[in-house]
Amino acid sequence: MNSLIHARGLIKRFEGFTAVDGIDVDVRAGEAFGFLGPNGAGKSSTMRMIGCVSPPTDGVLRILGMDPRRDGPRIRARLGVCPQLDNLDPELTVRENLTTYARFFGIPRRVARARADELLDFVQLSERADSRVEPLSGGMKRRLTIARALVNEPDLVLLDEPTTGLDPQARHLVWERLFRLKQQGVTLVLTTHYMDEAEQLCDRLVVMDGGRIVAEGSPRALIETHSTREVVELRFPTDDQSGYADKLAGIGDRAEVLPDRILLYVGDGDDALAEVHRRSLSPASALVRRSSLEDVFLHLTGRTLVD
Amino acid sequence: MTPSLQVMEYHLVNYRRTWRASVLSSLVLPLLTMLGFGVGVGAYVTGGVEGVDYLPWMVPGLIASTAVQGAIGESTWPVLSSFEWVKTYFAQSAAPLRVADILGGHLAFMLFRVLTSVMAFLLVAALFGALRSPWALAVLPIALLLALAVAAPVAAYTASVSTDMYLAILIRFAVLPMSLFSGVFFPIESLPEVLRWVAFVLPLWHGVDLCRAATLGIDPGPGAVWQALYLVAWGVAGWFLAHWRYRGRLVI
Repeated sequence: MNSLIHARGLIKRFEGFTAVDGIDVDVRAGEAFGFLGPNGAGKSSTMRMIGCVSPPTDGVLRILGMDPRRDGPRIRARLGVCPQLDNLDPELTVRENLTTYARFFGIPRRVARARADELLDFVQLSERADSRVEPLSGGMKRRLTIARALVNEPDLVLLDEPTTGLDPQARHLVWERLFRLKQQGVTLVLTTHYMDEAEQLCDRLVVMDGGRIVAEGSPRALIETHSTREVVELRFPTDDQSGYADKLAGIGDRAEVLPDRILLYVGDGDDALAEVHRRSLSPASALVRRSSLEDVFLHLTGRTLVD
Repeated sequence: MTPSLQVMEYHLVNYRRTWRASVLSSLVLPLLTMLGFGVGVGAYVTGGVEGVDYLPWMVPGLIASTAVQGAIGESTWPVLSSFEWVKTYFAQSAAPLRVADILGGHLAFMLFRVLTSVMAFLLVAALFGALRSPWALAVLPIALLLALAVAAPVAAYTASVSTDMYLAILIRFAVLPMSLFSGVFFPIESLPEVLRWVAFVLPLWHGVDLCRAATLGIDPGPGAVWQALYLVAWGVAGWFLAHWRYRGRLVI
């Protein structure tokens, strides 16, 4: 079996609700694989099952060819986990956080220290090696958590929302480091609800909604399958955009009326815009842009707010 | 076994930051209590207790009580923090550790802490001439057993709550009465029947009784075996309870 992660009909039920409702997933070695979805879609529950800290309720799950129900510690020995919320030890120094964690994997002290120095260099925290963790910024803590996830030279790295809550500079630095890991051939599995993150990092991804997988493929393939090549965003000078929907009928594949604008999903944006003008409609503003993963995401999982 | 030691090592590294202050306080505290109770109160207990001067009679009780205080201190807030605030346990459970390793390593560290403060207390007591027999060294294993009998069930309790309000309740309604009614400061024979049963049921009195026999060099008789076994039972039951509660929280 070549899949590092192999799931068939994987289910996780908690009292009264089903978090993961029968998903099939295969992640191959060297791949960067993403779980996308709104809050409550079942991403984190899936990650916890893959991380062997949450036993599946039903279905098949094999991680690195082993069964998490039986081989939890053996699997975890080869995983690196970067949880959604940092659980670093704030009282220990940056280096101690890595060396004490390395010991849990049975790594000898001397090796642990050498590896800690390498990893701190990798995540650009060498200068803070001896300072306590507590005063570090959010971005530094996240980088340290990523370094900690790499301390056992894992075959598979799990990242649960690796850049949530970080400022743009910090996010880009994390992305750049993750990209380098990917280039080194490390298999990455991440969850995110940032589309740009998924487009930047993932070779392949699944979109989850309500515990199920609703779409699967590369970012490009998903856009091709579930959206049009381009999107025209029109704003009309009125409080009620919906009055214009009829007048736009027939342009492009479909139109979506939002409170403040109308989106036309079209093959060629300029052609569509020309047609809009030919119908003597004059939007206050018009924007032609390429379809993004965000369009796919919103199309598949809806615009309703999930908290 | 080894994974538990790795977990204990983590707690020791963490302890390294504060060990100086903690060693100092584990020396100063017995010194103060010994002066205050032994010398101060002892001056009024002119006839001694059970034919023994008050200070040497009370010291083994204080040592057992110190072991219990230490065990409770380590199995309440630090455990809750490992679940709720710092979330150390969750970081550990992502590593190749089992629940038993995480719990066992932390308990081993708690026992280590108790051992060091009991050793400090013994040292101070010896300097005060309050130890009457070389059997006093037996206090060390007794204190460890007593500490396990308390720390394991208390860790189970802590693992079952989500705010430290419940820890304050535990201290007020369980620990305080246990400290008062377990023969630390006066023989439990002075207590009414009902309160004497508090002493019999809870672990502390058995530890006090065993420690007292050790430092005074009195033959405790076969009852000591039963008392020790009773403490073992608390420890074993506490371990299984704690393992069950930890598992419920870490493996979901």
